[in-house]
Amino acid sequence: MTLFTASRGRSATLHPERSRRSTHNRPLHYLICGLIALVMLVPLAFMFAGAFKPNADVLADGDNWRALIPLHPTLDNFSSAWERSNFGRLLLNSLVVCGATVGLGLIVNSMFGYALARLRWTGRNVVLAAVVALIIIPFEALAIPLLLMMTELGWLDTYQAQIVPFIANPFFIYLFYSFFLALPRELEEAARVDGAGPLRTFRSVIVPLSKPAYASVAILSFLTTWGQLLWPVMATRSEDVRPLPVGMAVFQTLPPLQWGDTMAFATMMTVPTLVVFLIFQRAFVQGVAAQAVKE
Amino acid sequence: MSHTTLASPAQGAEPPPTTAVPPRTTTKASRRGRLAAALFSAPAVLLLALFLIFPFVSAVVLSLTNQRLSSPLPVEFTGLENYQRIFTDPEFWRSFGNNTLFAVIVVPVQTAAALALAVLVNRRLPLRLFFRTVYFLPTVTVMAVAAVVWKVLLLPDSGLVNGVLGTLSFGHLQPGWLSSTSWAMPAIVLTSVWQGVGFQMVIFLAGLQAIPASLYEAARVDGANAWQQFRHVTLPGLRNTLVFVINVTAIFAFRLFDQVYMMPQFPGGPTDSTRTMMLQLLQTGYTRRMIGQASAIAVVFFLFVLVVTLVQRRLGREERAVR
Repeated sequence: MTLFTASRGRSATLHPERSRRSTHNRPLHYLICGLIALVMLVPLAFMFAGAFKPNADVLADGDNWRALIPLHPTLDNFSSAWERSNFGRLLLNSLVVCGATVGLGLIVNSMFGYALARLRWTGRNVVLAAVVALIIIPFEALAIPLLLMMTELGWLDTYQAQIVPFIANPFFIYLFYSFFLALPRELEEAARVDGAGPLRTFRSVIVPLSKPAYASVAILSFLTTWGQLLWPVMATRSEDVRPLPVGMAVFQTLPPLQWGDTMAFATMMTVPTLVVFLIFQRAFVQGVAAQAVKE
Repeated sequence: MSHTTLASPAQGAEPPPTTAVPPRTTTKASRRGRLAAALFSAPAVLLLALFLIFPFVSAVVLSLTNQRLSSPLPVEFTGLENYQRIFTDPEFWRSFGNNTLFAVIVVPVQTAAALALAVLVNRRLPLRLFFRTVYFLPTVTVMAVAAVVWKVLLLPDSGLVNGVLGTLSFGHLQPGWLSSTSWAMPAIVLTSVWQGVGFQMVIFLAGLQAIPASLYEAARVDGANAWQQFRHVTLPGLRNTLVFVINVTAIFAFRLFDQVYMMPQFPGGPTDSTRTMMLQLLQTGYTRRMIGQASAIAVVFFLFVLVVTLVQRRLGREERAVR
């Protein structure tokens, strides 16, 4: 049970007895942390290494330490994967769909959250309860009727089929609502006294104060949209609108089967999100932690 | 984080009383207020009605018909026939069984692993932030990428996993992973846990940080050792978080799709050993164009999610009552 010798290190410095114990366990603690880190990193290292290897080497070196080191590094896989998969187009599709879904979602959901938290109107509490109840419906339960809807609207194989149904999100509305509810009212009162209407108060007082909420929702929304597979498999047919995950699913089975190319595709798809994550780590972690607030 | 105020939406619904807003006096002001509320709410309400409530109701209605995707045949009301059909379909039960198997492994394994990771990196040690970042990294790679990378890592003859296992077991343990009916599901479990555990670690970290340090002080004064502190302070303090994580993981287990679609040679293979309800949904509704029957699967799936969530709410509420 040495795993659980944790607890507050800060108080450990106040208690000489405890701090002695924790320094005693420190090498073991690092060993365990390091081993787990290795397990987490090896698949990513394998992906990067594979992207730079001649195609045949990915499998030839697969079962030993050379799997993680490109001994004859080459950039061929990247150009080959880029051309064979039409990567540029897929990337553009993913960026358009994600950008529009996240951007429009932030506006629509935060405005409704504000109306629920701050504006006075009849039936508000009933509507709020309804929004909270809607959180429980998973997208998968709607996919089939939506497919029928999209077919009848003639929206199959379009960007809007991948964007419009995902803009309004009851969970994000609830997150915004909770955040706005906790804001102090004084600033809004001041704006009102100055003669600002609700829209201007919202734009110039509330939005600037709520950057953390916007960041959390943006990241949660981005992570789910960027990785979506089931819906675009149903709703898209062509490379013109298909996003990256579907592109990956198709590319990995495309003959001739070349694992180096596939790893290059995976790397090109992962690096942008990894960079964004490393820059905005804090917001990522807060965005994920915000999930637990749901209940 | 103001966890307590957010914990019960029903109570949070009543905003603190406002003194500045005059109660329904000037008709002009209140008309303006109502207009603003309508303006702020309309886009979201409209989109929710069209793309959430309407399809949800449609799913229930369609599940009682023989609706097909773009077919000239007339649509007829067929009652519970679709439900009868899926409940007597061995393929459906196979899927349900696979989802259940996946849940039975992943829920305890991933929850325990995430909790252990959170406790490990919650200590105030140098490098703790580095480890947190590393454990969270796989979450940032999308499942489609994780699936493809693990597919190669798990190749029976030339994969790194069997390379390591072979060395450790002197060549005795060489599972066939995705080409074996009994090892395909464990392969998918491995991929899923690797990709998902960091996400839950972060949720546990948030929960751990909400436990007051004074409780640990008190426990130490009473002479509690590390295990006793974990058992009597950490675990009770994490109860709501724990219930939440278990609920999310259980639902996630029944939404399993990306991995079983991309990792086996054919989706759900070999010989249906990784077929899941969501794959069944896709193949029934999209490939075979049987919207009615696929809607029945969707409704069954929703009822399952509903039950899991209600059980969780109940467990969570008990906790609140005790406090």
